[in-house]
Amino acid sequence: MTTISLTDLYTLIPESFLTLAICFILLFDQFLKPAQRNVTHYLSIATLAVTAWLVTRHYGDATAFGGMFVHDGIADALKLFVLLTTALVFVYARSYLADRGLYVGEYYVLCLFAVLGMMFLVSAGSLVIVYLGLELLALSSYALVALNRDSPLSSEGAMKYFVLGALASGMLLYGMSMVYGATGTLDLNKIHAASVAATQPTLLLFGVVFIVVGIAFKFGAAPFHMWLPDVYQGAPTAVTVFIGSAPKLAAFGMAYRLLESGLGGAGPHWQQMLAALAVASLAIGNIAAIMQSNLKRMLAYSTISHVGFLFLGLVNGAPSGYAAAMFYAISYALMAAVAFGMILLLSRAGFEAEEIEDFKGLNQRAPWYAFLMSLTMFSLAGVPPLFGFFGKLLVLKAAVDSGHVWLAIVGAVFAIVGIYYYLRVVKVMYFDDADDATPLAAPSDAPMRWVISVNALALLVLGLTWGPLYAWCARSFGIS
Amino acid sequence: MFANWPLLSLIIWLPIVAAVPTLLAGDKRPDSARWIALAATVLTFLLSLAILPNFDASSAAMQLQEKHLWISVLNVHYHLGVDGISVALVLLTTFTSVLVIVGAWGSIDEKVSQYMAAMLVLEGLMIGVFCAMDALVFYVFFEGMLIPMFILIGVWGGARRVYATLKFFIYTFFGSIFMLVGLIYLYFKAGSFDLATLAQVGLNAKEQMWLFFAFLIAFAVKVPMWPVHTWLPDAHVEAPTGGSVVLAAIMLKIGGYGFIRFSLPITPDASFEYAWVVIAMSLVAVVYVGYVALVQEDMKKLIAYSSIAHMGFVTLGIFISLALVRSQNNELAARLGMQGAMVQMISHGFISGAMFSCVGVLYDRLHTRMIRDYGGVVNVMPKFATMFVLFAMANCGLPGTSGFVGEFWVILAAFQTNPWIAALAAFTLIIGAAYTLWLVKRVIFGEVGNDKVAKLEDMNGRETFVLASFAAAVLLFGLWPKPLSDLMDAPIAHLVQQILVSKGA
Repeated sequence: MTTISLTDLYTLIPESFLTLAICFILLFDQFLKPAQRNVTHYLSIATLAVTAWLVTRHYGDATAFGGMFVHDGIADALKLFVLLTTALVFVYARSYLADRGLYVGEYYVLCLFAVLGMMFLVSAGSLVIVYLGLELLALSSYALVALNRDSPLSSEGAMKYFVLGALASGMLLYGMSMVYGATGTLDLNKIHAASVAATQPTLLLFGVVFIVVGIAFKFGAAPFHMWLPDVYQGAPTAVTVFIGSAPKLAAFGMAYRLLESGLGGAGPHWQQMLAALAVASLAIGNIAAIMQSNLKRMLAYSTISHVGFLFLGLVNGAPSGYAAAMFYAISYALMAAVAFGMILLLSRAGFEAEEIEDFKGLNQRAPWYAFLMSLTMFSLAGVPPLFGFFGKLLVLKAAVDSGHVWLAIVGAVFAIVGIYYYLRVVKVMYFDDADDATPLAAPSDAPMRWVISVNALALLVLGLTWGPLYAWCARSFGIS
Repeated sequence: MFANWPLLSLIIWLPIVAAVPTLLAGDKRPDSARWIALAATVLTFLLSLAILPNFDASSAAMQLQEKHLWISVLNVHYHLGVDGISVALVLLTTFTSVLVIVGAWGSIDEKVSQYMAAMLVLEGLMIGVFCAMDALVFYVFFEGMLIPMFILIGVWGGARRVYATLKFFIYTFFGSIFMLVGLIYLYFKAGSFDLATLAQVGLNAKEQMWLFFAFLIAFAVKVPMWPVHTWLPDAHVEAPTGGSVVLAAIMLKIGGYGFIRFSLPITPDASFEYAWVVIAMSLVAVVYVGYVALVQEDMKKLIAYSSIAHMGFVTLGIFISLALVRSQNNELAARLGMQGAMVQMISHGFISGAMFSCVGVLYDRLHTRMIRDYGGVVNVMPKFATMFVLFAMANCGLPGTSGFVGEFWVILAAFQTNPWIAALAAFTLIIGAAYTLWLVKRVIFGEVGNDKVAKLEDMNGRETFVLASFAAAVLLFGLWPKPLSDLMDAPIAHLVQQILVSKGA
């Protein structure tokens, strides 16, 4: 057994800081009057900023606690984007929460705990840490979905999320136990060595199946996607924007750690499974999204299809494929933040801008936001020169590189299907006349206005200058 | 002068950047939006003219190249360059864009700033398509173009605009996404998206076949070729006049351009093997779609179908030439056919642009495109009638207009392959004359159709300027096509050499 040394703790400085800060916010918030909630808000954002800064300092070693905690470029990049996305979410959520009497410290504390879980998840070097990080994320998310406890829809969503999530965790845990039985270790590196060396891998492969199912549940990949539309629709939009964005990055991190760092030797097996999941997700996500009239629900189905695309990168099973998938996850998180953020922006006290119809004639009422929203929709649809296109380009390339040309063609076909429902939003905003053509009052929340504008324009700017970001992803996976 | 300027980047980005102040001018100041847009397009046109003195037409090489690293990890370069074919198409684009902005001056009065901005963005992206030397850069411009066009048809279009614009977008996207997969496959083989490199990469017959069909879907939808042409009549009918003009005059040409930039150099053997498919599709377009045009009651629809028929000549010329050079080694005839196809592209750009502008002039007055609502327009609008008849004659391919040159050359080349193909193609001249002249008869000549027509006023100065400019181009290249063919001769000769070489590996 290894002993814990000071350098181990030193490696964990960002996580330790975040933990202490959350505890402080949790306590401090109790002494604030509701009118002073802004203090919690800004304190939370500051916490994220400081944590991000600490992450960039690269304290400590490559691993800590005897390999249980991995500290590499992949983890750092994912952590930074998780922190960034969460900060965006906080900015977008504030006025929505305030309008609905949900502006409480719990929202911030739960989100931050989820962030902590994600940071551990993407740094996991052992099955135990994977599970702990995942559960911290999941339990915080269940509670967040139920934040608006007076809403039956919200409670229903939370219940579904909890039951199915618990089932998924059970599957994952069961798979882990088999992997442990087959390899005799919880350490991902050793599992990797054992999976490469395995000559009779039956038990291990059984474990792989359950682990893949668990991952698919957490991603919301079809056919394990049932919870996702209900949760997205049922949760208060301020929560949807959170669970719709940052956790996708963490899920990618988890998939990478478990499948590549751990079960890399079984690659040909899980790649087949992921290919099947990708096709199912692309088909179900895109086709079901066409029929939705609720924007949140449509975006939920679109998430499923995006997970399908992300899997195309994972199927590749080589560093360039993982880099493509990570790039895709980052691009998706940024796009989802704007798309849900726009719903937050347009909803006001007593009015949820959830239906696609609510966006009717937005170009007449608020041309700037209509423009930003259409940028986002075109980006989600994967039309160049927007950011989303290049994510698709990279994952399609990853699929072709690994000889799965047919998979790339399936992806391409469903991208065409997907075009339709994104265009419908643009159509509603630009081609339909508003029922009430009075100009929309500019949202009073100035930081939100600015941040969402920058966020949406970034989709255009990053589309033209995505090279450095991709180079960063590639570098994390050791491609120069 | 201008020798050291990044001319191509300038003409691509100037209109796109100018879209920002145009948008900022807002709907409250429509006139400033119009003037900014006009200034930008005129300046772009002048800058594109500055290409000519810096361009050596006797060389087939890509000139005025600009190459900057864009994505180092993937070895993608922002790589621009033009040869004679590109220059001709770029000039067509910049020229038409000025006329489109002028033409929209009076006919668009809602959301003017957004209209002008969309047009400017569209212009920049179209120029980009013709200048791109990297397949990924090409694809980005090629697809990016859909966004402004989608908005243009959807916002300023006619009654069924939403249906038309969605159909347009999805059709085109459908075509090009397979090309994207093909390009990714090529990247996998060549390690680069550079078009010159892709042209040299060795591909076996099966690979070439798949890639050929991937490209064929993309460009056949764009041209559009029968049977994937059905989006075009809808899009044309519903689009505002400016949208129709851009669509017919420039966007369709991108399909033809794609064939000679992608299909022929990258998959020469498969292109030859399946040339009969394209030739057959072109002949159907030329003959059958010509008949379809004959029965149309909507002027715009008639011209749209006539566009499909005329674009059939372009694809026919390209693939006939390929067949000629491959099976008979007849380089001279192949060059003639290819020249014909290219001249036809440019000429059709002017003619169809002019025809749609003519319909726009009528539509602005009576707000109907139906042929039966007109009649005897010559009695009240003599100036307009003169122009209309001129363009109608050009559309029939009357000698002396640019419409004659391209079709004649293509038929000459086709004759050397198979007289029957030539006969079928020539047959279209008759159908073309039939539907166009019948249109003229019903709209322009005869008794004044009704009271509304009797009250029509002749063209104003702005409209006269637009149509006269088109007329000048049509006559110039009809009477004296030499500058155009000289400009495009060297790259065509080079292309014909290139497709002679089999690249089976």
